[in-house]
Amino acid sequence: MTTLSNLKPEDASKSFPVAANSPFSTIVKKGQTIRIVDSFGQQAVDTLFYNAEDTDERYSAHDTVAAQGAAYITTGSEILSNEGRVMLTVTADTVGYHDTSAGACSVESNTVRFGHHTRFMHACRENFVLEGGKYGMDKRDIVPNINFFMNVPIEPDGNLAIVDGLSEPGNYVELKAEMDVICLISNCPQVNNPCNGFNPTPVEILIWD
Amino acid sequence: MTAETESIDELKARYAALKETGQKEGEFEAKLAAAPTAPDTIPEDKILKQDVVPGGWYWTTNIKRGQTLRIVNTEATPGIALQVWNRHDPSERLNTADTIKVQWTARIGKGRVLLSDMGRAMMAITEDTCGYHDCVAGHSTAITNEKNYGPSTLRNSPMPVRNSRDNFQIAAAKLGLSKRDVHQSFCAFAPVITGEEGKLHWQDDALQPGAFIDLRSEMDLTICLSNCPHPMAPGGSYEPQPVAVILWDAGPVAADDLCRNGTAEAIRAYENTDPLFD
Repeated sequence: MTTLSNLKPEDASKSFPVAANSPFSTIVKKGQTIRIVDSFGQQAVDTLFYNAEDTDERYSAHDTVAAQGAAYITTGSEILSNEGRVMLTVTADTVGYHDTSAGACSVESNTVRFGHHTRFMHACRENFVLEGGKYGMDKRDIVPNINFFMNVPIEPDGNLAIVDGLSEPGNYVELKAEMDVICLISNCPQVNNPCNGFNPTPVEILIWD
Repeated sequence: MTAETESIDELKARYAALKETGQKEGEFEAKLAAAPTAPDTIPEDKILKQDVVPGGWYWTTNIKRGQTLRIVNTEATPGIALQVWNRHDPSERLNTADTIKVQWTARIGKGRVLLSDMGRAMMAITEDTCGYHDCVAGHSTAITNEKNYGPSTLRNSPMPVRNSRDNFQIAAAKLGLSKRDVHQSFCAFAPVITGEEGKLHWQDDALQPGAFIDLRSEMDLTICLSNCPHPMAPGGSYEPQPVAVILWDAGPVAADDLCRNGTAEAIRAYENTDPLFD
């Protein structure tokens, strides 16, 4: 469901540009709101959350999907941890539909999906491992994520595919933190499928107290 | 020309071709229909190990490449969750997201493979008399049990109502692993269907007593199975039923094996897997 936010960018306490293809992370404190802006449209923003006090507690796509009985993330979605606790709540969303079943790209899965010639192309899991390392995490901590602005319909017969993104330039999604969280982002570098319109672009992160 | 220098139009065309092949109606189904079937009863001399896992409990085993694990859902219990690690490097584990994305389908059954986070085939589904297994909505936790069955849990009840997440944490600890190694499960015998607008529902008539699934190991694995109801199974009373597990030798893999050859993606996954065993 698409919903607008009342928050004004000029009131944000922090803002960060995230370059195309790049990793990013920040802490979002309980009560703060984080907005992810798809500045140029059709740009997947692969995102993970960890309890800032104990990174063993982290985002769980399966728990989130099972609890809401729906496959996609949008306004009202409670972002659950592997402990089944609410980490954040989606408070605004101008797209209405975000994937959390298809995970992040990796150089290894790219070879299987697109052919062995794609082996040496940058991928989200490279970004996640590097950025997570700043917090003492490693590959074991990189779990299936949310793909904000990525469009992956799952059909009743099970058919599933990444298709053209729905987001327009300036579309955003906003989440209010229910605990202190580390937000780990890979601004997706994939060019072998439509998740970035075959042309990765920068995004922007805003935080309100 | 390398991928790096392909134009947007070329990349688009290549993705469209991959998608068309990956989802071509009837093509995989025809191969499936032509594939041999596994015996309902496994000959005694082919059985390596067998056991019964009571409702609510977990079961761990090592499986060598080439061996097959049969899970028999004797009494149609609603969901048996599975964790899969590479025995030699458990940082490599089942990745359900890659499994469904790479194979263009969330309906993972006979002829499909379970993929690791390293782009390798971990297990091949060589037989499946159920057809409904879940890769999107996971395994139970203390919180889902409380929601579905009321407030008694492993942690605070004299009559434990066990859940898969806690089972896996305990099992992981006994393997020298930790809860960081507990990953998203492949949940066998869990008919979760995605309908309009992504709404999920449980298909009631999909589970029949005696249905079984054969999973052939494509690597040396450690697996853990948790016999607790799926979080989306109809609630009310907590009554998981025992399941039979049989480790067996299904013989040499045929040159035209469905799982290895069923799709271009599977072929490439095995091209990543086989060199580990050269």
